[in-house]
Amino acid sequence: MTKLRLATTWLDGCSGCHMSFLDMDELLVDLAGQIEVVYGPLVDRKDVPEEIDIALVEGAVSSEHDLELVRKLRANSRILVSLGDCAVTSNVPAMRNHFPVKQVLECGYQQNADRNQSIPSDVIPALLPQTRPIHEYIPVDVFIPGCPPCAKAIHFALAALLKGETPDVHELTRFGA
Amino acid sequence: MPKTIHIDPVTRIEGHAKITIHLDDKGRVNDARFHVTQFRGFEKMVEGRPFTEMPSVMARICGICPVSHLIASSKACDRILAVQIPTTAILLRRVLNLAQLVQSHALNFFHLSAPDLLLGMDAPVDERNVFGVMQKHPELAKKGIWLRKFGQEIIEWLGGKRIHPAWVVPGGVNAPLASDKRDAILKRIPEAIQITRDALDLYKRILDDFPEETRTFANFPSLFMGLVNDKNELEHYSGTFRFIDAAGHIVADRVSPRDYARYIAESVEPDSYLKSPYYKPMGYENGMYRVGPLARLNIVDRCGTPLADEEWAEFRSLGRGAVLSSFHYHFARLIEILFGIEMIERLLNEPDILSKDVRAVARVNNHEGIGVSEAPRGTLIHHYKVDEHGLMTWANLIIATGHNNLAMNRGVLQVAKHFVDGKNIQEGMLNRVEAVVRAFDPCLSCSTHAVGQMPLRVELYGAEGELLDRKERAS
Ligand code: SF4
Repeated sequence: MTKLRLATTWLDGCSGCHMSFLDMDELLVDLAGQIEVVYGPLVDRKDVPEEIDIALVEGAVSSEHDLELVRKLRANSRILVSLGDCAVTSNVPAMRNHFPVKQVLECGYQQNADRNQSIPSDVIPALLPQTRPIHEYIPVDVFIPGCPPCAKAIHFALAALLKGETPDVHELTRFGA
Repeated sequence: MPKTIHIDPVTRIEGHAKITIHLDDKGRVNDARFHVTQFRGFEKMVEGRPFTEMPSVMARICGICPVSHLIASSKACDRILAVQIPTTAILLRRVLNLAQLVQSHALNFFHLSAPDLLLGMDAPVDERNVFGVMQKHPELAKKGIWLRKFGQEIIEWLGGKRIHPAWVVPGGVNAPLASDKRDAILKRIPEAIQITRDALDLYKRILDDFPEETRTFANFPSLFMGLVNDKNELEHYSGTFRFIDAAGHIVADRVSPRDYARYIAESVEPDSYLKSPYYKPMGYENGMYRVGPLARLNIVDRCGTPLADEEWAEFRSLGRGAVLSSFHYHFARLIEILFGIEMIERLLNEPDILSKDVRAVARVNNHEGIGVSEAPRGTLIHHYKVDEHGLMTWANLIIATGHNNLAMNRGVLQVAKHFVDGKNIQEGMLNRVEAVVRAFDPCLSCSTHAVGQMPLRVELYGAEGELLDRKERAS
């Protein structure tokens, strides 16, 4: 049996949704028999592969690179899953939307710094004016809310997707869970 | 035109980063930089919010060490309430903090670093990950999963859920420990200890396979910093700061966490969203210090639990003064797991552990609070100011990974200089440059947050800008 090709990524989030993925514990070993993780922070490949069956996306879109990456994942993936409240609603990262980006950066690098007080801008990417949920930019096939969604909900969803079904996770997780 | 190698993104670490390596005309490494490419802005976005929200909001900085933020944040809030929290609440917070230490260290060793240590730095890219370890070393992979789960389940049993529990609150914790939960944890202690001792044996066996890595992985003199208790033993919850130098001599001791700003200053790097703290009295660069497991084991006089102390003695024999090679972060991490398990057992046997008095209630009595804890990756400082209604007016966070920024940068350069040959770039060379970062176990969504998901493409340009060589890590 050919394995399903799974990609995962984190955008503007806390990696808690990925940790919840790992909280599947022993079930991960079984899953590894059916799924190959082809891209993401847990594996070493650096570019987004061409053919992805399922992409799990954690985090909100906060920078131009987040946007570029999520668009690329969408283009290359059969099914794209919005994993966790940050991806679904932009959650805590969106708290910065109350302030202009400039003010947020000034607070971190001018007020709260002692030496070389200036906003870093070499090599690193710029922030978007607002942090937004991913479905505002690309179509999403499956939403799994929760902060983070519990491992049971993630496992349930993956098992359904493996069988070619659309998972309904509303009994297992909800916004803020 | 300079020749630059980009490693982007750095994988098997927490958060987003990239590395640039600059080569000279002969293909030798001139410079190398570690860039953290994401910024999250927690210090600003909490302005105007009630301080009682802080533990839950600040925990969302990091899903790997949310408990550290819960603890440091709640301790800052305890100061704002100006209360002394119940003894049982302290015991329970300590257990929670250590459970997280165990799970986070297990994650680094088994899930993130074992692919390098067991499959090899030069193993094929598509296999060099935790799923590859599951295939080649299923028994070990299962033990790693078990040990991480041991920590995560303690957090769930105490706090209600594994990631982002809302249980630690200003003034204490919001529910006592049930006796059946305590017994369930105690029952698992022997197996947890066995797995950790096996991992320590394994580490000592494979160490001989990495002589060059041990010699060059951020192996240089620096200061070390962390908390110690009043007996100068390992401490992750309270205590005072101690700084030592590379020879092991004490530079500053018994520093109250409230005075942190007199000892630690932060510099901005133009090419990274991660700031670089340094030891203020010695200035930027000279004041470079390291934190985390390696630092903690270097600064203490002993761990304070029997099995961990035996291992600690062996660890300390690796250096004349302090142990300087950052490769031994792995060793130190395993010893701290052992300490954590022994200490959890001790704390759960305290007579007051099941007491129902776990929370002090008060209104705003102080307009400023500083809370400190030792997170898995090092010292974590939360500093808040509030108005008379308890609304946040200012926050400063110094996050564990940040303290290591100068040392990580120097380590990346040291490894790149030793291993990278610009004339003949091999993937395994670049993996070693990433592996030195993994040894520090950085947590970057904590410190900021990154972006930049270009494929790893190494392009070598000649002095005229002509393309000489090109390698892609993508399969
Ligand atoms: S949804 Fe919650 S757990 Fe997931 S990335 Fe966002 S803050 Fe972290």
